[in-house]
Amino acid sequence: MNSVLKGVLMGACLIIPATGLAGEVNIYSYRQPELIAPLLDAFTQETGIETRVLNLKDGMVERLQAEGRNSPADVILTVDIGRLIGVKDGGVTQSVNSTSIAADIPEQFRDSEGHWFGLTMRARVVYASRERVAQDSISYADLADPEWAGRICTRSGQHSYNIALVASIIANEGEAVAEEWLTGLKANLARTPTGNDRAQAQAIYSGECDLALGNTYYVGLMRTNEKNPEQKDWEASMKVLFPDADGRGTHVNLSGMAMAAHAPHPENALALMEFLASAKAQEIYGELVYEYPLLKSAQPSDLVASFGTLNADTLPLEEIAALRGAASLLVDKVGFND
Amino acid sequence: MTQHNKKHPGSAENALPQTRSLLFRTDTGLWLGAGLIALFVGMPIIALMVMAAQGDLTALTLLSKSVLPKASFTTFWLLAGLALFAGSIGAISAWLVSFFDFPGRKIFSWALMLPLAVPTYISAYTFTEFFTFTGPVQTLVRTLGGFSSSRDYWFPDIRSLPGAIFVLSLVLYPYVYLSVRALFFVQGRRAIEAGLLLGANQQRILTHILLPLARPALALGIILAMMEAINDIGAMEYLGVQTLTFSIFSIWVNQGDMAGSAQLALILLALVLVLIGGERWARRGQKFNETTNSSHMPFERMKLKGTKALIAMFLCLVPIILGFGVPLITLGAYARRYIFDGFDSRLIEAIGTSITLAGIAAIITLFLALLLSYAVRTKGTKPLNFLVRFSSVGYAMPGTIIALGIFLPIATFDNFVDGYMRDWFDISTGLLITGSGATLIYAYVVRFMAIAEGTIDAGFKKISPNLDSAARCFGHSRWQVLNQILLPLMRPALATAALLVFVESIKELSATLMLRPFGIETMSIYIHDLASRGRIEQAGIASLILILVSTIPVIILVRTSLRDR
Repeated sequence: MNSVLKGVLMGACLIIPATGLAGEVNIYSYRQPELIAPLLDAFTQETGIETRVLNLKDGMVERLQAEGRNSPADVILTVDIGRLIGVKDGGVTQSVNSTSIAADIPEQFRDSEGHWFGLTMRARVVYASRERVAQDSISYADLADPEWAGRICTRSGQHSYNIALVASIIANEGEAVAEEWLTGLKANLARTPTGNDRAQAQAIYSGECDLALGNTYYVGLMRTNEKNPEQKDWEASMKVLFPDADGRGTHVNLSGMAMAAHAPHPENALALMEFLASAKAQEIYGELVYEYPLLKSAQPSDLVASFGTLNADTLPLEEIAALRGAASLLVDKVGFND
Repeated sequence: MTQHNKKHPGSAENALPQTRSLLFRTDTGLWLGAGLIALFVGMPIIALMVMAAQGDLTALTLLSKSVLPKASFTTFWLLAGLALFAGSIGAISAWLVSFFDFPGRKIFSWALMLPLAVPTYISAYTFTEFFTFTGPVQTLVRTLGGFSSSRDYWFPDIRSLPGAIFVLSLVLYPYVYLSVRALFFVQGRRAIEAGLLLGANQQRILTHILLPLARPALALGIILAMMEAINDIGAMEYLGVQTLTFSIFSIWVNQGDMAGSAQLALILLALVLVLIGGERWARRGQKFNETTNSSHMPFERMKLKGTKALIAMFLCLVPIILGFGVPLITLGAYARRYIFDGFDSRLIEAIGTSITLAGIAAIITLFLALLLSYAVRTKGTKPLNFLVRFSSVGYAMPGTIIALGIFLPIATFDNFVDGYMRDWFDISTGLLITGSGATLIYAYVVRFMAIAEGTIDAGFKKISPNLDSAARCFGHSRWQVLNQILLPLMRPALATAALLVFVESIKELSATLMLRPFGIETMSIYIHDLASRGRIEQAGIASLILILVSTIPVIILVRTSLRDR
């Protein structure tokens, strides 16, 4: 009976709405809370402002829209340019005018109207088998070459990472070339697109494929995985090739942030934004997540630098994001995931 | 004994004249109450209809030329395969433990339900790990065969349509097992005795008595498993199987067309309704009721010996080992690596939250489903039947989509109240409902109503309406009939329904993720937070605890309500 009573009391506590306190900043995040905890702790230590994180996925924009002016969200922390554009287009962000952010973050990685800015970037690279692939450079176009027939692996074509890559190819070379490329790549696949990026590295290790598409930070995650040392073997069996490094540059994507349209604590939100955009925080952030800082003055961590030199495609990310819908339709059109 | 009734004899015309006017009023109340509950549960679907109507058909038109035909086929084969495999595993194991005696039968009879505790997303992950190149099975194959690369030998890929059917069948067959076994438990023995008395042999009893008898229960279990498969996105995405649900998400997330996504979701829902309707139509006019409560009757199970006993043991053991053992072993191996990291206090809090939310949801769902089913039993008019059916199909919708249908209207209501309070009293009430855990409970009620309603309805069907009529003749009101006569007979069905909703609510991830406010973290969220960067292994301990917490009620249920006598 006692435990029943306790349960009821707990339930009652849960149903009482959480109210906002001063001296805090509420974060709606696509990023895993654990991943950003050290940074947020540093922020609290420096400013005395407490942080609260709600990890959300699909539906964040719809949720913010529905919450309207009563939304508790102050800032939105997200990965993928499509989502940054999505929150702006959804009308759930506000323009932020900060001289320090403008000075810190290169224009290419900021919204022209000040609605969002990038924090770190990751490149979509090619993982190649050390054993079975001799060459040390490659282009995205090469992946469609029949030379690689039955030797390439990737995750689902509809995953946001691949959608952004296809969109960048549409932006750079037009829809017709992109379709041809996707068809060629599809024909070269060793298996139907499945798993996450890490599973592709595993497939290189197991001999199922020789090349795979993957994000840079997974390399760091696998290499340092003390708990699951088998992943170190996967990573050791492959090398990182930066596609189009000598040409237009490798496709990159962002993690970034925006201020919520109805932020209840706008000053605190701005403080957090400026903190995260600073060189010091960017270096910590980059090191935590194995990504590249966007600031010219901030250096990638030694581990990230060891992947090779990143020459990022300079195409404005807004252009890529605008073509995501077209990219998604194209992936379906060529039956990429079939 | 079983009997076929074409007509429902329990209607008001049997009542005594002087009580008629009073009864009429309570009937109207029942009807109205049922209608309101159905609307309450069906509201998210109505909200999605509104959403769907706001868009044009661009997305669907484009998709119908590309992935839709293929995705429809995939979905069809997935469901067909699931019906066959989950149906066979569930029905065969239920038949074995109900009518035969062999070593370990008592343990099997509850252990066969254990895979119910494993969420599909965890099962997909652990199966892939277990059967992958670096997993124990292929490592053994390589050691035995002397191979080094995956190109040297053939091994079936779990990341495929057959693989998905395999994985899903192994965690969803308990739905079939539970409902078929419950039916055999109440009715099968008498039917068998009657068959034996009439000189039928075992095979004839199986094909001519038990199979037709089990059909409604088999159908219920299979339909629940199918709905679960249709709403799944996590497992299917991981296994690379492109079902229609996958397209619902790509229209929404990648093409930014919420309306198009809602349209496809509703089409899928209509298909589910057709499926359920078709099954009901196929057995129209059939009714199997029990006139006496025969579960107290002694029943001698047929003793199996030698090879037959071994085969029976094997058939019961394999689904348990695969559906529960493989996830347990894989997660256990991961948990071992992390156990020395200490126990996270967040996890303990999450366990409490999960149990509280799931407990409240189970009680509410049970209560509402009971009222709905009873309304259908006493006043089974066509519109009411349809309303009840309609209200419970939310289970076939992906959690995130149904969550949208829940969040939008409630947040609109919150903001409406807030606006009113601000205008008139200068007080802001903020997000009254969406800012609390109540939305989560609502979501669980909506999502899992189908399970509770189906289970309770099946329970009612086993009780002859003659019993109601008899009690009504003695002047009992409908509520007295329900309370004093039906409920005691319904205990196993009610306990099963509550258990299923509780376990499903604990496992629920996608709607929880979308709907929870700041400060509320459930076990599934905790696991998701750890695993979202493709590192489920980090969540090994939490996943094990989740499975454990879901397992305990399964065992309690079997030891109390469904205990063999």
